[in-house]
Amino acid sequence: MTDLTTLEAETYQKPRNQWWDVWDQFKTHKGALIGAAFFIFVLIFVFLGPIFWTLDAQYIDIRARSQGPSWAHPMGTDQLGRDTLSRIMVGGQTSLLVGLTAMLLALIVGTLVGVLAGYFKRLDGILMRLTDLFLALPLLPLLLVIIMLFRDTLRAQFGPEKGIFILIVFVIGITSWMQTARIVRGDVLALKEREFVLAARSIGTPPYRMITRHVLPNVLSPIMVSATLGIANAIITESALSFLGLGFPSDFPTWGRLLFDGTDWLQRNPERVIWPGLAISLTVLSVNYIGDGLRDALDPRIRGR
Amino acid sequence: MLTFTIRRLFMAIPTLLFISLIIFLILDLAPSDPTASLPLTIPPEVRAEIRASLGLDEPIHIRFLLWLQQFFVNEPLNLFEQWTGWTIGDGDRTRVISWQTRSPVVDIIAQRMPQTLWVVGTAYVVGILIALPIGIYSAYRQYSIFDQAGTFITMVGFSVPPFFSGVLVIVIFAVQLGWFPSVYDTTHVVVDWDSFVVQLKQMILPVMVLALQITSQISRFMRASMLDNLNQDYVRTARAKGLTETVVVMVHVLRNSMIPVVTVIALGVPQVFGGAIITEQVFKVNGLGHLLIGAIQGGDIPTVQTLTFIFAVLIVLFNLIADVLYGILDPRIRYD
Repeated sequence: MTDLTTLEAETYQKPRNQWWDVWDQFKTHKGALIGAAFFIFVLIFVFLGPIFWTLDAQYIDIRARSQGPSWAHPMGTDQLGRDTLSRIMVGGQTSLLVGLTAMLLALIVGTLVGVLAGYFKRLDGILMRLTDLFLALPLLPLLLVIIMLFRDTLRAQFGPEKGIFILIVFVIGITSWMQTARIVRGDVLALKEREFVLAARSIGTPPYRMITRHVLPNVLSPIMVSATLGIANAIITESALSFLGLGFPSDFPTWGRLLFDGTDWLQRNPERVIWPGLAISLTVLSVNYIGDGLRDALDPRIRGR
Repeated sequence: MLTFTIRRLFMAIPTLLFISLIIFLILDLAPSDPTASLPLTIPPEVRAEIRASLGLDEPIHIRFLLWLQQFFVNEPLNLFEQWTGWTIGDGDRTRVISWQTRSPVVDIIAQRMPQTLWVVGTAYVVGILIALPIGIYSAYRQYSIFDQAGTFITMVGFSVPPFFSGVLVIVIFAVQLGWFPSVYDTTHVVVDWDSFVVQLKQMILPVMVLALQITSQISRFMRASMLDNLNQDYVRTARAKGLTETVVVMVHVLRNSMIPVVTVIALGVPQVFGGAIITEQVFKVNGLGHLLIGAIQGGDIPTVQTLTFIFAVLIVLFNLIADVLYGILDPRIRYD
């Protein structure tokens, strides 16, 4: 009898949180790990960097214009003598903030539409038609048109920077929720047939509680994967808009805007194009790798193999 | 299959009508004034007359119906007359007129279309031709060095936006090495071998940038699709009955793996047109994307509306083509 209890005590482990399993699987994906480390580095560089690198991004030093890299300006200066390193930092803050908020907006809309369509049969038809319709819209032309047309009104209302920020986040978010909605709907439809949902319904769980307690936690993994893809998509779209001259104004730098401004000085200072371009590409690359690793880590069929 | 295609074609009509309504409403509800860029010295009553001459004093539903009639009835009839030389009715119909150039929008689009089609079409074909072998080989040798390198390159191709890769190749090949021109000259006419070489040279850079993106998308699909099929039972059967490895992979597996890839290729066509907007801007290709950007900046609403709608038609059309292709290629899927 005593033998058995000691044996049980030895083999008994504390119930492991499933997120530790996910982390263990995530760790085995080398690219994802490097990507995550790089993304955290970019976040620190962009948001904490200005504390250590105190040169003002707007400070004009006309005598030091169009310089190459030096100790005073590690990434050189632009045609007005503004320091490129601090402009990259400030620009990165906007680019990443746009990426994160637009992704959040797209996720919220996508999850809402997906869950509602999957859970309530009456809404399914109309919501999925709406999703198909949005998928058939030519997004880049529409984005350009919307920003061109509504830019001045919003600027007058919220100020030049906040107005264009709200507009860009809104239009990117509102045009990129469809994939999330489709994936979430599919998963919710499959979940609805499971026994635990039946059990929960048989004890009289109201739909609201059902969705928040039983459905949402179970569709979290596809949502997380599409979150990473959403960040990458939003950063690229914002830069593309800035590059086409329809994004943020020139005195309010983002990575895309810096790249766009740099193209005029391509022959003299090619590094002015390369730094912001590298920043965009590497950030998006790291986020894509994180998404790749997350997809593997969150898939229980692959996990533990 | 035929009934399915016909049913989908009829389904596409309300979708397209609805999309055209959305585009129309976005453009119309926007607080922009086409006369805003005219000199301030023009008195208000003349301004009102200019607006009336553009047809802006009509109520919104009349203008929408008018645009629908112009785009769906008058323009196709005009094209038909041009091709056949016949005259239907009195042959004098109102057309969608650009506010910037005062010429019919469809004519401008017809002028710009060849440049876009040349660059985009070549890039798409080149991209697919590179992507398929890469996808096949990296699936066949999964986790080999080739596969790892291929995955990395496709990830890079996903992540580097065309406005950076475009500028980068300009810096390298046009500025530093001076091999290729950085600007695409659309007035260039190919008459002999030398001018053909010039045309080839100026196409290399934009095609390279577009093809990089296409390659990375399609080769990933190809790889995933091959991997799905390589572990199937019929592959083991084929090997067991003594077929050579080439036949197993290139005939049995490849044919089955191509089914989803072909639909992805069809679905990707409208996206490439969208992506070409940026590439055309980088290399100053005088195509549809260039026209769209110019029209947006000039507040030329009829052109913007028609072009955006054409992009929407492309998306709906290629979705339909992808669905039909899937039904034809995969006997397990029958829609009727």
